[in-house]
Amino acid sequence: MAEREQVRRTNPERQEGDAEEASLATTSDKGERLKAEMDDLLDEIDGVLETNAEDFVKSYVQKGGQ
Amino acid sequence: MAVRKIFGIETEYGILHRGTADPNPISASSLLINAYLASVARRTGGRTPVGWDFEDESPGVDARGLAAASALAPEVETHLVNAVLTNGARFYVDHAHPELSTPECADPRSVVLYDRAGERIAQQAMEAAASVLPEGEEIVVYKNNSDRKGNSYGCHENYLMDRQVPFGRIVPHAIAHFVTRQVFTGAGKVGVESPHGSGRTVPFQLTQRADFFEEEVGLETTLKRPIVNTRDEPHADPQKYRRLHVIVGDANMSEVATFLKVGTTAMVLGMVEDGWLRREFVFAAPVRALRQVSRDLTLGAPLQLVDGSSVTALELQWELLAAARAWSEAGGLESVGVAAGTEVLTRWEEVLGGLERDPNSVSHIVDWVAKHRLLDAYRERHALDWDDPRLAAMDLQYHDLRPDRSLAMRVGLERITTDEEVDVATTMPPEDTRAYFRGRCLAKWPQDIVAANWDSMVFDVGIDPLRRVPMMEPSRGTRAHVGNLIDESDTPTELLDRLGA
Repeated sequence: MAEREQVRRTNPERQEGDAEEASLATTSDKGERLKAEMDDLLDEIDGVLETNAEDFVKSYVQKGGQ
Repeated sequence: MAVRKIFGIETEYGILHRGTADPNPISASSLLINAYLASVARRTGGRTPVGWDFEDESPGVDARGLAAASALAPEVETHLVNAVLTNGARFYVDHAHPELSTPECADPRSVVLYDRAGERIAQQAMEAAASVLPEGEEIVVYKNNSDRKGNSYGCHENYLMDRQVPFGRIVPHAIAHFVTRQVFTGAGKVGVESPHGSGRTVPFQLTQRADFFEEEVGLETTLKRPIVNTRDEPHADPQKYRRLHVIVGDANMSEVATFLKVGTTAMVLGMVEDGWLRREFVFAAPVRALRQVSRDLTLGAPLQLVDGSSVTALELQWELLAAARAWSEAGGLESVGVAAGTEVLTRWEEVLGGLERDPNSVSHIVDWVAKHRLLDAYRERHALDWDDPRLAAMDLQYHDLRPDRSLAMRVGLERITTDEEVDVATTMPPEDTRAYFRGRCLAKWPQDIVAANWDSMVFDVGIDPLRRVPMMEPSRGTRAHVGNLIDESDTPTELLDRLGA
C-alpha cells in the first residue's frame, strides 16, 4: 500500500540506521534482561494468584449486561 | 464540520460477592454503591447523595431515523441506587452490575484521568463494603467484559458529533476503525465464547468483546450486539449534535490503551465530519472481520473487502494514521484538542510500529500483549496447556481492581496519570465541560438539588416551584463560564438569578 509505505518512510525512527544497528547489537542483552524481569514477576505473582484456580473460574459467573 | 469532541466512558464492572453461599449480583452492586455513598456522606458531613433524573432518557431512538422501537423498554431499573457524584460522574446499578459513567471530558487525556478515577472510586467502594459486610465476606470488582461463560458486559465510549453529518456516512469508517483498532485496544482473553470457534483452535485472542457481536449496525446493546450502535440520544441540543455511542470496545487496564482508543476514534470521527477520508474500506463480512482480527495474534490476516482486494488490520491502521497526520496539518486537531491530539498521533505511530516489529515491544501499553506475555511465560514455566484453569484464573485476575490482587498492576503498564491527580478527580469535576457546573453545584448545595442528569439539573429553592436548569451545550458550564458565579453565590437562588435561569 503506497500510503503506508509513505508513512513508514517518513517515520524519523526508521531513518536512523545507526540507532537500528545499535539496537540490534543489544537485542540479546535486552532479551536476557526481559527474561530475568519476567522470572521475577512470576515469582512475585505466585503469592498473589487465586489459590484454587478451578473453583475461582467456576464461581466467576456474571449476568449479561450491555 | 468537525465539532469540538466531548467524550465519556461508561464501564459496567464485573462483581463477585465472595464468602456467601447465595450471592446476588444486584444486591451486591447496591451494597457496594450504597456503602461508598455512605462513606462519602460521612466524609463530607452527612450529606445525602443526589439521585439521577430520568426525565430526558430515550435510549430507544434510532440514529438511522427509524421510529422509536416500542419493543425496547427503558433499560434502567429506576428503583435501584443511582447517584450523581461531585466529580460529575454517575454511579449506579445497571443490569446486575455496578456501572460508572465518567463526567463529560474535553480531551482524551482527561478521559483517561476520569476513567482511572472511576477505578479508584470502585476501590474505595470495595473498602467501604468490607466495613459493613460480615467477617469472611467480600465484594470484589473486576474491570473486564466477560465471565468466560458467554456473558458479556460493556465498556461504552461516547463522542459528540455534528448532527449534520448523515449517520450513513459515519458507518463505513467507524466499522473500518472498530474492526482494526482491536490490535491496540484489545484487553486479551484466553479461549473463545461464541459458537464460531473452540478453545482448541483459539488459545488466546486479542479482545474480550469480539465474540459477542453479531450485527453490523443496530440499536441493541444486550442481544445481537452491533459493531455500530444506532442509539440516538444526544444528551445535548439534538438540532446541533449527535452522540456516537460505541459499544464494541474492551475495558482497558492500560491508561495508554484507553488514551489511544478514544483519541484515535475521535480523530477518525472528526475526519468523517470534515469529509477528509476519501477511501472507504468496506469489509465483505464485517462481523467475521471483527472476529478474524481478534483471533489473529500474527496481526497479518488478510481481511476481505467488497471490492475483492484485502487489507490487514495494521495496514488499515497505517492508512488511518497517514490520513490523520495530513488532517492535523490542515488544522483538524482543533476538534480534539491540539496538545492531546498531537500526543495521540505520536503514540498511534509508536504502537503500530511496535506491533509490526514485535508485539512484545509494546507490552507496556497494550493490554492483550501484557496479558499474553505474562500468561505465556507462566504456561511455559509450569508446562501448562492453554486450557488449564490456572491460565483462565489469571485471565480474570488481570482485571481484579484490588491493588493486592491485580495482575495488571504488576506487569509494568505505563502510567500517564499520577495517583495524586486521580484522587483529586474522584471528587472534583473536569473544569472544561458542563460537568464542572454539575459537580460544583452538587458539592456546594446538595440539599437544594432534587435531581441531576447529563443535560439538566433540578433545584428546589424553597417557595418557588422546582427550577430545572437545562444544560444542552456540553462545552458550556465550564469553570471559565460559571466558576466565579458559583463561588460568589451564597445560595442556589442567587446563582439561578445571576444565571438568568
